[in-house]
Amino acid sequence: MNKAKSFIDYSKTVLSIRGLRKSFDDFHVLRGVDLDLFQGENLVVLGRSGTGKSVLIKIIAGLLKADEGTINVLSREVSRLTPRELDELRLKIGFSFQNSALYDSMTVRENLEFPLTRHIKSLSRAQVNQEVDSVLEAVGLAQTASQMPSQLSGGQRKRIGIARTLILKPKIMLYDEPTAGLDPITCIGINNLINEVQEKYHTSSIIITHDLTCAKMTGDRVVMLLEGQFGRQGTFEEVFDTQDERVKSFYDYNFTN
Amino acid sequence: MILNDKNAGRAGSRKHVISGRLDRMFIELSRVFHFLVRFFRELFMPPYEFKEILNQCFEIGVRSLPLISLTGFIMGIVFTNQSRPSLAELGATALLPALIAVAIVRALAPLVTALIATGRVGSNIGAELGSMKVTEQIDALEVSAINPFKYLVVTRVLATTFMIPALTMYTAFVALLGGYVNINQNEQTSFVNYFQQVFEAITFLDIFSSVTKSFIFGFTIGIVGCYKGYNSSKGTEGVGRAANTSVVTSMFLIFIEELLALQVINALRSL
Ligand SMILES: Nc1ncnc2c1ncn2[C@@H]1O[C@H](COP(=O)(O)OP(=O)(O)OP(=O)(O)O)[C@@H](O)[C@H]1O
Ligand SMILES: [Mg+2]
Repeated sequence: MNKAKSFIDYSKTVLSIRGLRKSFDDFHVLRGVDLDLFQGENLVVLGRSGTGKSVLIKIIAGLLKADEGTINVLSREVSRLTPRELDELRLKIGFSFQNSALYDSMTVRENLEFPLTRHIKSLSRAQVNQEVDSVLEAVGLAQTASQMPSQLSGGQRKRIGIARTLILKPKIMLYDEPTAGLDPITCIGINNLINEVQEKYHTSSIIITHDLTCAKMTGDRVVMLLEGQFGRQGTFEEVFDTQDERVKSFYDYNFTN
Repeated sequence: MILNDKNAGRAGSRKHVISGRLDRMFIELSRVFHFLVRFFRELFMPPYEFKEILNQCFEIGVRSLPLISLTGFIMGIVFTNQSRPSLAELGATALLPALIAVAIVRALAPLVTALIATGRVGSNIGAELGSMKVTEQIDALEVSAINPFKYLVVTRVLATTFMIPALTMYTAFVALLGGYVNINQNEQTSFVNYFQQVFEAITFLDIFSSVTKSFIFGFTIGIVGCYKGYNSSKGTEGVGRAANTSVVTSMFLIFIEELLALQVINALRSL
């Protein structure tokens, strides 16, 4: 958090959410969420299971529709876009899924090529290979190119999932629980990767997690989702410097277990 | 829907259970309707996924070929063998090739092909799309700006719609070959003679109606498998259920369609 990151520009918002509400039937998941993501920063969204963290980023990526509120991404209002405009916007957003969501009928290389060859038709075979090799290099898994996703470990799948989104050079990265289900050492590897992505590609990222080590390592700013709203925000230390039982118990559970 | 479930459970009274079920049935029907509307809308809107359509045609055709060859051939032998005694009683064994031809082309080939394809292809589509749904691969397509409905559903439904008629004709041919083997052994009819009798017995309407029926069967298998898979519920049991219910639903619909087609074709014949 105290890293000097010259590429963060707190005067430029790339994503801004106001008064976002979302319910399923009569179950209110998000009840008036306000959020800003600044240029180049890693923003961590903390919250317990079922508080609607995944729902939040699915709304940002247009996978779910908000009931109310405005979602402004890269100066475009998501709810007012035509399907084609939404697709254009989606190419600038990288989405790393909770369980990686690799296409399991394709090899790792085909997984990485797929978004590229679908969207940039002008690339030659050699250029495609070069792009694939370069993102594989970036996530440190060059040797897995010809394997099937089912042959990879959970941590490797996460990395390939991240590589697949990086290949289109997104401006915004959305990570859904990047460290869930991984051992502590692998987690640290993924956290480092998230920071490397930030430095190398200058992406602005939202990192959703309930893993406090991940929050501490990657977050320039942390917000906490409590009862459908952002209860607290600030640096990691600021957020947990409180007597609020809901926040304290979260901290205690993570670090005393 | 989840809500209805809970209410039905809590209220416990029979009336509530039934109205809950009815509600769910109508919700399901309206979803099926929307799925169909979406299919036809996306079918005609570019981009067209030609490569993936060919890919799926190949998959579906090749995947079913060994099983269909075997089943068709055996069906021809068995049907011929079982029909012989009845015809022999009437002293009409000479009519055997004509009988086989009509039975196979009109009824057996379309139905058997559709049922085998349901088990082989329909369940596969249900399971494949179901697991893609559950593991968020469908969402992954969508966020990388690829229309998953077009890429997964439209391609598969088109592939089954065109491959099932092709497979049906192939089944008919293989079954007729099976019939020939049996007749050649017993009655020593020559190959040319046998097929002459076969082609004299079947009319253009027989072939036309069988092919039309197969198109409908193929569409049914594709759309049911895709619908069940695409709307599969969370969790691994959702995938199993998607595969299973696609088979059951498709088979049920195919028999209903067969009955309806029979009425229509008979009406056409009597014109
Ligand atoms: N498509 C949906 N239909 C109905 N309810 C949903 C849907 N998606 C999410 N929910 C509900 O919304 C709530 C929040 O879900 P969400 O997946 O966002 O939780 P989360 O904060 O990501 O939790 P976790 O840490 O377990 O991933 C859950 O109670 C879930 O049941
Ligand atoms: Mg989640």
